[in-house]
Amino acid sequence: MSEYLVNIQNERLSFFTPAGEVKALNDVSLHLKEGEVLGIVGESGSGKSVTAYSLMGLTAYPGRLIGGTLDFNGHRINDMTEKQMRKIRGNEVSIIFQDPMTSLNPVYTIGNQICEVILLHTNKNRAQAKERAKELLTLVGINEPEKRLKQYPHELSGGMRQRVMIAIALACEPKLLIADEPTTALDVTIQAQILELMMDLKEKLGMAIIMITHDLGVVASMCDRIAVMYAGKVVEYGSTDDIFYNPKHEYTRGLLRSIPKLNEKEHKKLVPIEGTPVDMLNPPKGCPFAPRCGSCMKICLREMPAYTDISDVHYSACWLLQKEEFEKGGNA
Amino acid sequence: MLKYIVKRVAFALLTLFLVATMTFFLMNMVPGGPFSAEKAVSQAAMDALNEKYGLDQPVSVQYKNYMLKAIQGDLGVSLRQRGRTVSSIIATKFPVSARIGGMAIVVALAIGIPLGCLAALNRGKALDNIIIVIATCGIAVPSFVICTILMYIFGYNLGWLPVVGLTSWKHYIMPVVALAFYPTAYIARLMRSSMLDVLGQDYMRTARAKGLSQSKSLFKHALRNAVLPVVTYVGPMVAYTMTGSFVVEKIFTIPGLGGEFVGSILNRDYTIIMGTTIFLAALVIFMNVVVDLVYKLVDPRIQLK
Repeated sequence: MSEYLVNIQNERLSFFTPAGEVKALNDVSLHLKEGEVLGIVGESGSGKSVTAYSLMGLTAYPGRLIGGTLDFNGHRINDMTEKQMRKIRGNEVSIIFQDPMTSLNPVYTIGNQICEVILLHTNKNRAQAKERAKELLTLVGINEPEKRLKQYPHELSGGMRQRVMIAIALACEPKLLIADEPTTALDVTIQAQILELMMDLKEKLGMAIIMITHDLGVVASMCDRIAVMYAGKVVEYGSTDDIFYNPKHEYTRGLLRSIPKLNEKEHKKLVPIEGTPVDMLNPPKGCPFAPRCGSCMKICLREMPAYTDISDVHYSACWLLQKEEFEKGGNA
Repeated sequence: MLKYIVKRVAFALLTLFLVATMTFFLMNMVPGGPFSAEKAVSQAAMDALNEKYGLDQPVSVQYKNYMLKAIQGDLGVSLRQRGRTVSSIIATKFPVSARIGGMAIVVALAIGIPLGCLAALNRGKALDNIIIVIATCGIAVPSFVICTILMYIFGYNLGWLPVVGLTSWKHYIMPVVALAFYPTAYIARLMRSSMLDVLGQDYMRTARAKGLSQSKSLFKHALRNAVLPVVTYVGPMVAYTMTGSFVVEKIFTIPGLGGEFVGSILNRDYTIIMGTTIFLAALVIFMNVVVDLVYKLVDPRIQLK
């Protein structure tokens, strides 16, 4: 078994739509150790969710994995059948979704929906499953668990429902929890509570988390590692400090420039990233960010840059880094 | 709950009253009368008949008399089927129609729901297209055409099924199929569209993410949500189907209630018109209450107020 819990190598995934092949992921490589928190940031359509879903074998039709390898907890995900995947889903790897208002089935009780996953993956009987469900509700900070088990989703608030989703996800003590923008649909105070709860549970249960978000504030406070994605590619990967204090890719820098800072005396204007996201039906030949990049060179439009290692855990794909590297090498 | 029941009953009675009133006056506005079609009736005989049944009085008095009796449960005697009360006609003919209609509903549900699910699960594929074509035909083709085709193929050419009467189980097959055709097609279409809607819901993704198999998530999570529109449609449909179809009953010569609806109007058999209309209205109202209760059972979000 490798040292990584999750190891994605050169994943390529496309959606074969009537309009043509949409290359959602182009050579995505990511890895994550047990108990680590990885943040995946990037704008809408950059492939954050697609990467995470493919790890669970939940790629939506007409998407298809066309290259690369996905390893998780000793399983080679690409070679697994749907039946084998079902044993892992909800058991070794779980997911919580963006919108808790619609992610629970409205016609079944909370208890039913939590017990369902326990009964599916463990040998517990109904009574034991119910006990476990109560335990889980207490764990995620829901009071009066006995009463809640009998309630329907519409009787709970958004924050409560997200807690229930987390309880369902944690029911079988997964090795990996994927959180797909878990706080986007919640209001700000509830957001903070949910994030705090997730970090708390991570400490208690020792699972790894993949946090998908476009909120840089969230990743800064929670994550050990950050992957910045753009147009189906990881453009920069590094520790949280690397990304925030030593960003190497122009897109990462752009993202950081567009966050408001509260501690600065003079109020500078936020700098947006100019231009529009790339058309994934016809991705450019070179670096996908080149048309929007302030430091774009001729080669950027022609060829895709390779990854440059800045340190053991920090790498980025940019021609500027390649150039620097080359000049350094030339001097030596 | 008690408040709900009281409210529903009150509304039901009000609705029945309005239906009866409107039917009564509309019916009397139509020219002609129950005895005007009979040949060689002398003026004296006609007057005597009118007087016997109270038709010589002003319409408002007739209305008052009818309603007073109807409230006590007396729907009067048929004007054309001498010696038979309206209640006894409904009591003998409704069970015949209800039996055929009931079977047709069971058939429609048993075929329509799976067909709709299959189409939704195979969206855009050949099976989906085939089911859509069949369902569209089922809705577009009138029942007399279906009856005739069935009779021609199975009754005449193949000789497998009897074409007239209702004496053995074999007699039931063709009328039931003919009657079930339209609702089956309609239910299949409803089920397809609501299933497609449900399959795209987030909770279906949650079900998959839990590791449930496709069949389990379909039967447990999708079906119960998707069946609601069908429940809405089936309620009133049960009332209409159980009271018989004029066309199907005429073609297969079945002594059901469906024939009475049209026959009584043609004959100006005032009491039968009133009786069958009130009966049908009551049944529709009752089925709507049943629909509400089933709704409440299927979807906990619904509150009966």
